[in-house]
Amino acid sequence: MTSPHIRQPASVQRVMLTVLLALAPGIAAYVWQIGAGILVNLAIATAAALAAEALVLKLRARPVALTVTDGSAVVTAWLMVLAFPSIVPWWLTVLGALFAIVAAKHLYGGIGQNPFNPAMAAYCAMIVAYPALMSQWPAAGQGDFAAQLQLILGGSREVDAVTGATALDTLRTGLRNHADVNTILATGAFGFVGGRGWEWIAAGYLAGGLFLIATRSIDWRLPLGFIAGMGGTACLFWLAAPERFASPLFHLASGGAMLASFFIVTDPVTAASTPRGKLIFAAGAGIIAWFVRVFGAYPEGIAFAVLLMNICVPLIDHKTQPAAFGQRTRP
Amino acid sequence: MIARLFSFRGGIRPDSHKKESSGAPIRPVPLPARLVVPLIQSSRGGARPIVTVGDKVLKGQCIGEAEGKTGTAIHAPTSGTVSEIGRYPMAHPSGLESPAIVITPDGEERWIAHEPLDLATASRDELILRIQASGIVGMGGATFPSHIKIGKDSTIETLVINGAECEPWITCDDRLMRERAADVVRGAMILRRLNGARRVLVGIEDNKPEAIAAMSAAARARMDTEDADGGARIDIVTVPTRYPAGGERQLVRVLTGIEIPANRIAGDFGVQCFNAGTAHAVCRALVHGEAMVARIVTVTGDVERPGNYEVPLGFPVADLLALCGVRPGVDRVLMGGPMMGFTLPKLDAPITKGSNCIIAASPGLFPPAPPEQPCIRCGRCARACPAGIQPFDLYWFSRSRNFDKAGEYHIFDCIECGCCAYVCPAHIPLVDYFRFAKSEIRARDEERRAASQARARFEFHTFRLEREKAEKAARLAAKAAETRASLSAAAKADAAEQNVAPPPPKPPT
Repeated sequence: MTSPHIRQPASVQRVMLTVLLALAPGIAAYVWQIGAGILVNLAIATAAALAAEALVLKLRARPVALTVTDGSAVVTAWLMVLAFPSIVPWWLTVLGALFAIVAAKHLYGGIGQNPFNPAMAAYCAMIVAYPALMSQWPAAGQGDFAAQLQLILGGSREVDAVTGATALDTLRTGLRNHADVNTILATGAFGFVGGRGWEWIAAGYLAGGLFLIATRSIDWRLPLGFIAGMGGTACLFWLAAPERFASPLFHLASGGAMLASFFIVTDPVTAASTPRGKLIFAAGAGIIAWFVRVFGAYPEGIAFAVLLMNICVPLIDHKTQPAAFGQRTRP
Repeated sequence: MIARLFSFRGGIRPDSHKKESSGAPIRPVPLPARLVVPLIQSSRGGARPIVTVGDKVLKGQCIGEAEGKTGTAIHAPTSGTVSEIGRYPMAHPSGLESPAIVITPDGEERWIAHEPLDLATASRDELILRIQASGIVGMGGATFPSHIKIGKDSTIETLVINGAECEPWITCDDRLMRERAADVVRGAMILRRLNGARRVLVGIEDNKPEAIAAMSAAARARMDTEDADGGARIDIVTVPTRYPAGGERQLVRVLTGIEIPANRIAGDFGVQCFNAGTAHAVCRALVHGEAMVARIVTVTGDVERPGNYEVPLGFPVADLLALCGVRPGVDRVLMGGPMMGFTLPKLDAPITKGSNCIIAASPGLFPPAPPEQPCIRCGRCARACPAGIQPFDLYWFSRSRNFDKAGEYHIFDCIECGCCAYVCPAHIPLVDYFRFAKSEIRARDEERRAASQARARFEFHTFRLEREKAEKAARLAAKAAETRASLSAAAKADAAEQNVAPPPPKPPT
């Protein structure tokens, strides 16, 4: 046996469990504001992801038990479900989980090897394949679990009763109709800073994210970069034309901005790895996401932004290598 | 003095486990049945035996002369008889054999007459020669010959004495500084005189308050009572406990702010660094005339009597362990600390000048590594790396045998401190990958060098053949020309002769 002969008590499992723990406040807020339907889809996605992981590992003749229990598939499943509308039908959740684990993760070589964020890849695949289902968001404040369960487990999709336009959707439609931002924001879909109800979930993600930073589970540069990228871009446009562009605070509190800041762009496998590279990667994702939201064809653009930046990671990493010890020393 | 401290990036804070062995004073050990004294005990060259089997030797008597300019002498660690000269397994990760002189002690511990130097009159060259002849090498573990380092003609501003002892479990420098602080300080001041430094900084980690107190008192006493040092200062500086603060480059960084790049030496930046044990040895050799015949070794881990022992060089590790009472369950023995030390393949290996610590390891204290998992690029290794490199990148490059990339990403800046592997949540033995890649790169470079030499040789051979051919042709041509010339000359002569003589009568037609 060779040195070092001692190791910190750390494990991949512990890393993943910390992430799951940090998601708890956001999920709790979700259940409180939107309804418990999300828990059903979380359970379905977890089961599907674990089954897919085990199956592919077996097919690939890799150690099944060690990797299935590392928790990474569960993290992927949860992040995917939290990015999806919580009332998508069960089969869509299963399909998404399969796509994330089999296509986005294992086809590239499994954990640690995938260039694209699996949860975001699944989101993109599903929103392209099922644009209608992926756009039906539950309305805040109703929390009708029976109705949500009905939608998830099948049967008819009488969605009008439980769905509502999201904040980003309402803003987008309003602006298309040439309304003023302030007039739009005065409608019932909005709360203090973002979508009514949804802003609490964003606060939950923020709390979990700060816990991750405090425990050094994630690098602060990634959330900071994303928030600065999206918030900074929004700020520039908002200052220039406040009647046509929503405030940076609105953008950061709406949609998946907080989830992305602390849980999506922070995926170590697919993010840039150098200190400066992390800032560039996350800021790029934030900027692109804002442009897709405001000028693109989809109300939420984070998934596309993240995948686009994933492509750039090798280049970013290569160009931002930190100086080794003594390299900056002048003789 | 309130020294301004600097910090280095990365590093870790493992459990120090110093208490186990730091409590008791340094203890002597009884003489073993035989001492196996290796002829090579430095990282640069060894010694040539000057005794033969059967010779009686005294303690401290030179038994191996320094070989060449870089070699260091070795001495009899006790009085007795030279019983064998041969090859013996050494304390080395692969159990290499090395030439050694075996001495059977007579139990009398009779010293050879001490011949201390008169420091006031001795020249720099004399002092440096004596350091070489006393067999002094770096005692922090690297065993670099001290006379080479101190003999370099560099402009030195600061002498750093390394008393950080950052590896967990090891306490030999701690005890040495507590108990023999005056000698350490004295040795440091001699080294300062030899390299001309203006100031001496002794870096000690803040988990050794007793050593700091003892050294500070010794430094004050030295500066108060003697003018011999030309008013030069020696300052004891408390540095934060963070592995690897005792790495030479890290300690120099912390104390002076200078970052020495991997491809340069400290001397290029006006700094020289010696271990506290080395300073002590210099004092013993020059002031007291005692060659290096023993060192302080920490014996710790799963033993009944952990502590620090003054062990004659050549003392078998097995005997030392037996003395300390190995507990049941110990399944391997480490030499050095748990971060950079290695598992001893054979316990009959001798203690040498670089052996600072012996750890009896049991699965309870040193659990086997959990199974290796795939890297998730979490970046903890990069945060922990004191060399400022990205271990996970190097891991991918080493694994995929992409050695050019590994070189480009500074694999040779890696000091193999083990911080990356210590923090890795996937339990990847990163240092192993880097050792592998480094040795492959070295082997490949060597191969390339050999190949280019062979090609040069072949090209020269071809050139030589061509040249010889050309020369031969030229020679032949010259000879031919000569022959032709002489022939034609002869012909002309003949002709002349014929011209003189009447033309022969034409044959009848």
